[in-house]
Formats: sequence, C-alpha cells, structure tokens
Amino acid sequence: MSGIPHDHYEPKSRGEKWLHSRLPIVGLIYDTIMLPTPKNLNWMWIWGIVLVFCLVLQIVTGVILVMHYTPNVDLAFASIEHIMRNVNGGYFIRYLHMNGASLFFIAVYLHIFRGLYYGSYKAPREVTWIIGMLIYLLMMATGFLGYVLPWGQMSFWGATVITGLFGAIPFIGDPLQTLLLGGPSVDNATLNRFFSLHYLLPFLILGLVIVHVWAFHTTGNNNPAGVEVRRGSKAEAEKDTVPFWPYFVIKDFFALAVVLVVFFAVVGFMPNYLGHPDNYIEANPLVTPAAIVPEWYYLPFYAILRAFTSDVWVVMLTNFLTGGIVDAKFFGVLAMFGSMVAIALAPWLDTSSVRSGKYRPMFKWWFWLLAIDFFVLMWAGAMPAEPPYSIISLIGASYWFAYFFVILPLLGVIERPSKQPATIEEDFNAHYGKSE
Amino acid sequence: MFKKLTLSAIAAVGLMAGATNAAVIQSEIEDFDFSFEGPFGTYDENQLQRGLKVYTNVCASCHGLKYVPIRTLADEGGVGLPVDQVRAYAAQFDIYDPELDDWRPGKPTDSFPESNDPNAPDLSLMAKARAGFSGPYGSGLNQLFKGMGGAEYIASILTGYTGKEKEEAGSILYQNTAFPGGWISMAPPLWGEDVDFDDGSSNALRDEAVDTAAFLMWAAEPKMMGRKETGFIAVLFLVLMSVLLYATNKRIWAPIKRQAKES
Repeated sequence: MSGIPHDHYEPKSRGEKWLHSRLPIVGLIYDTIMLPTPKNLNWMWIWGIVLVFCLVLQIVTGVILVMHYTPNVDLAFASIEHIMRNVNGGYFIRYLHMNGASLFFIAVYLHIFRGLYYGSYKAPREVTWIIGMLIYLLMMATGFLGYVLPWGQMSFWGATVITGLFGAIPFIGDPLQTLLLGGPSVDNATLNRFFSLHYLLPFLILGLVIVHVWAFHTTGNNNPAGVEVRRGSKAEAEKDTVPFWPYFVIKDFFALAVVLVVFFAVVGFMPNYLGHPDNYIEANPLVTPAAIVPEWYYLPFYAILRAFTSDVWVVMLTNFLTGGIVDAKFFGVLAMFGSMVAIALAPWLDTSSVRSGKYRPMFKWWFWLLAIDFFVLMWAGAMPAEPPYSIISLIGASYWFAYFFVILPLLGVIERPSKQPATIEEDFNAHYGKSE
Repeated sequence: MFKKLTLSAIAAVGLMAGATNAAVIQSEIEDFDFSFEGPFGTYDENQLQRGLKVYTNVCASCHGLKYVPIRTLADEGGVGLPVDQVRAYAAQFDIYDPELDDWRPGKPTDSFPESNDPNAPDLSLMAKARAGFSGPYGSGLNQLFKGMGGAEYIASILTGYTGKEKEEAGSILYQNTAFPGGWISMAPPLWGEDVDFDDGSSNALRDEAVDTAAFLMWAAEPKMMGRKETGFIAVLFLVLMSVLLYATNKRIWAPIKRQAKES
C-alpha cells in the first residue's frame, strides 16, 4: 500500500494461505500497522491517536445515551435528567460524552495547526488534507446537532441562530431553512431530524477517517524536518523510518494516557466547566437568554461571522456591486465558511518549496501570529457584539484571510529558507546524537 | 517550543471556555465555604438534612423539585435519610395518579411536586443553571480556583436582601445585592430562625441560607460523590498506565536512540 519499501505479510501455514488467497485481510492489517514511519516524529504527531480515541469514545457513549434518551420536545430535557439521576452510571457516561466533544476539538485544532506549521498539507499530501478538512466540517456539524438534543435554553437558541445562517443565503435561504427546521421555527420536527443526523454523521466521519489514514499511508507521514523518506531501497528507507508497531503505537499510547489523565480529571471534578449553565434550563421559546454563546470550539468562526457588519467598507462595496444580493448577514456567512475553505486551500496558496516551518525564518512569525489570532478570535467570539470587541473581531478576521491569501503566497517568493537536513536520519541523529 | 505552546494553548482554551460562560450575571456573589468544593469535597449529610428541612418548610410553599425522585433522599453520598423516614416524608404530599385518576399520598418512587406558584421556577437544577457568574472580569478563575458555583449564588441571593422595596407595573420588587439588575420579585424567604434544627445547629439567617444552598446543590447534582470517586480512580489508574507506558516507550526506543548516538 505504501510507497516506502518494507516487508510485507507472507502467509506461512496452510490456513493462512487459504485465507490470504480468498481475503488478504491479515496482510492489510499487517501493512497498516507495520507502516514505515519517520523516526523523527515529535510529540505533535500524537493527536491522531487522541482523535481516533475521541471518535470511538463518542460513538460508544453516544450509543449508550441513545438507549435512554427521548427525542421529543416535551420529554428530551427530562430524559437527560433521567440519565443523570436514574440510569446506572448514566451521569458519568453523559459527562464523558459532553466533555469528549471538547477533547475532540482541542485535539483536532492541535492536529490542524501542527499540519499548518510543518507543511503537512503540501504535495503529495493534499488529498489527506482536504479529507481532513471535510472530517473537521462534519465534526462541527455533529457537535452542533448534538448540543441541541438536551433541549436546554442554549440548545434551542443556538439552533435558532445557526439555522438562521442558512436563511441568509439569497433566493434559496428561506426554503432551505424551513427544510432544516422541518417547519417555520425550531420545534419537535427540528429535534427529531437533528437527532437522526447526530447519529448518522459520526459514521460518515468514521468512513472519512479510514480514507484519511489510507491517503497518508500511501504518501507516508510528513515529519518535523519536512524532507521525504528515502525510497531507493528497503535498506535506505530503514535508515529513515521505524515500523509504526511497536515504536509509535507505544509512544502514542503513552501520550494518550497522559492526555486522558487530564480528561478524566475534568470529567470527574469539573464536568460542567466547559458547558454553558443556561443549558440546565429547559428550552423556552418565549424567553431569550441574555447572551447566546456557542460552544467554545465554534467561537473563532463565530467571531468571523459577526465581524463583518454593514458599516464595514468591504461589506458595503460587495452589497453595492451585487445589487444588494450579498447583504451584511450573508457576507458574514460567506466569511465564516470562507475562513474554513481558506485552510482547505492552503496546499495551493502556499508557494514555498520548503515544507517544514522550522526552516522558514519569516513564516514562523506569521504562523505564530495566526495561532494567537485564533485565540483572540475565540475570546472576541464570546464577548458581546459591540465595540471594542467588534473591531477586534474584524482585525482578527482580516488577519486570518490575509495569512492564507496574501502572506502564504508571498512568503514563498520573498523568503530565504534556512538549511534543511538532507535526510530524516540526519535530523534524528542531530537530535539524539549529542543531547543524551 | 511547540510542547510549551501546546500546554499554554490548552490552558488558554480552558480559561477562555470558562470565560464564555461569564458576563451573564454580574452581581455581588460571596465566596461561601462549602464542604463539596474541590476534587475531594464531599456533601455533609447533616447539612443536607438541615437544608431539606428549610426547603420543605419554606421554599416548597412556592417552588418545586420536579426532577428529583423522593427515594433519592435515602441515597448514600447525599441526604442519607433512613428508608422509613423517606417513606414518611413522601406520604405528606398529595400526588395525582393518572392510573387511579385520583389523588393519593406520595410514595418514595414519586418525584417532588412541581412549583405551586407558576412564577416560582423549579429548583431541581437551579444550582447548576446559575453557575455562570464566574468572575473576576469574566475570566472564569473564581469557578476554577475557588470552586464558586451555583450554590454560592443561591446562598448570596438568600442573604442579599437590603430591605428596600419598590413597586413596578403592579408588582413589588425587592432589592437584592446578588440578583442581576438588583431587584428581585421573590419576597425575602428567610429571616433567620425560620426552622428549628433537631441537631441544635444555628438557625441564623446566614446558616440557614448556606444549608439550603448545599441541599439545592445536591438536588442538582445528586451523583457528585460517585462522579468524583470514579474520576479519582480513573486518574489514579491512568497515571499508573502513563508511568508503565513511559518506561516501555523508553525501553523500546533505547536501541534506536543508541544507534543515533554512535553514528
């Protein structure tokens, strides 16, 4: 499967040969877990395992929760309390599921930013990158759908605001929003279709994860040095790599265990810290909460959505040029989705031939500024939509787009990269040769 | 560098997420010392029983606890009433039974009644629904480090009346330093010495308020002790796992790293 030369599974016994000639499944598993992996991978390469764990955790806890949950506007909130009070261990399962979503997003953001820093998106890994972004989009959708199910105040009003975004699309917006909601407003039909989709999407994610893994097993992993594994011969490749099992499996499991220490401490000791208290109030269409705030993992993009108000000149110009079709609200929606599309387009926007940010002296600064920008946007997204926060959001959103559409293309031309190691072996030896 | 930044990034996410819940309630919330704060905090059975008494004699005349099954009063790690007392407690309520199509005395398997007064909110989850004032400056730090939550809010409301009243749109509002906006429509429910406790504990206003808040925290999060226990065991087990995996990892990689050193 992989382009890196390595040993393949050889059936030995008669039984093995019998199965292998009919279904080469053992060979597939062998090749998958014995994948030659660059030996210089650092600790930022552990988030993949954490993400796989999260997906499995969410599916397992989710399937159990569904056994006790009732998707009906009159019963949903009470059924959650039933899980919390009457189902054996139900409170822990639910808190795992709630906080599992947060761990999922922490891990995915670190995974994405690792890719951005080390140039994991560059040729030949564009397909891996695009599929990864699709997974991320599906995660956002799944998280949102799931947040509506407890039918608390934030569930209801969050659903109202977010489905309203689709209503902002010209011409087809209104029928689209009605289709999403199953009626004129958020109601029982909405809850039922959200429940159905919340159960469906994780399995689509699972399918895409398999394709994601398949894609990077074909190209081989990227690595901190950003140089490719030598593929001339097996002996040469083995100087740069070690098999995924046991070297990286054990390393990843160690990292996962450390991450889970923190995760279980949060679930056990402060499970509601990351949630909004208003969601412990049953949904009431007649009472709007003082502030409608999405979950923390949407905040940076929520800030971008709200940043482009009708008094911003770009918005006014677009409004004028399109004859009023693109108004401020629709512009915000376009900006929000555009900011995610920008990440997906990174492989074609980045013109530098050097992959790893380690050897790009100018890129480094802009990259860390983007990381800070992400947190600034997250903070601004939680604040009320008024000055000075709206101005901060606008500056943050502008930098986000500038990074992808101006800085990345320009840097490749004007930057003088520093010297890269010739091989992964050289990078690895330079690190472990002297320090220990 | 990435390692350090990752850690600080995770910390920042945590703080920021806390901050997102803030800024909704801005009022004077006192940091009471509750026995259930922190990772090792537990409910004080006697305090919960006192709180139950205040709730039954005072709060319950308007408010309800519709999500709380009466039988859970007997649960360990909670109020811990003996089963016969729970049965007697349940029997004081008249409960409408749709199967009989008639009213009957309550049983432990029934839930607490709903609110009598349509304007009085149900209190089942109040202690979790009012945990969002986490200051200072909306940073969420008080919630994180001082363990301040909805119980503090409830106790602050009960002790926060200044005695001033005003009439607005035909109803009387009472000034309360803990309530967002400063004026609350609930008349002061506790004055001090509203109930007598069997164990001779103080029934001063402040003590009654704290006991009531503790009871309502239990009502909102009855499985807190089980949760912390499970969390504690999980953390212990995972720390052990981490140590073992660390050692295994080091051992496995040793020859590879030795090679690098010799080259």
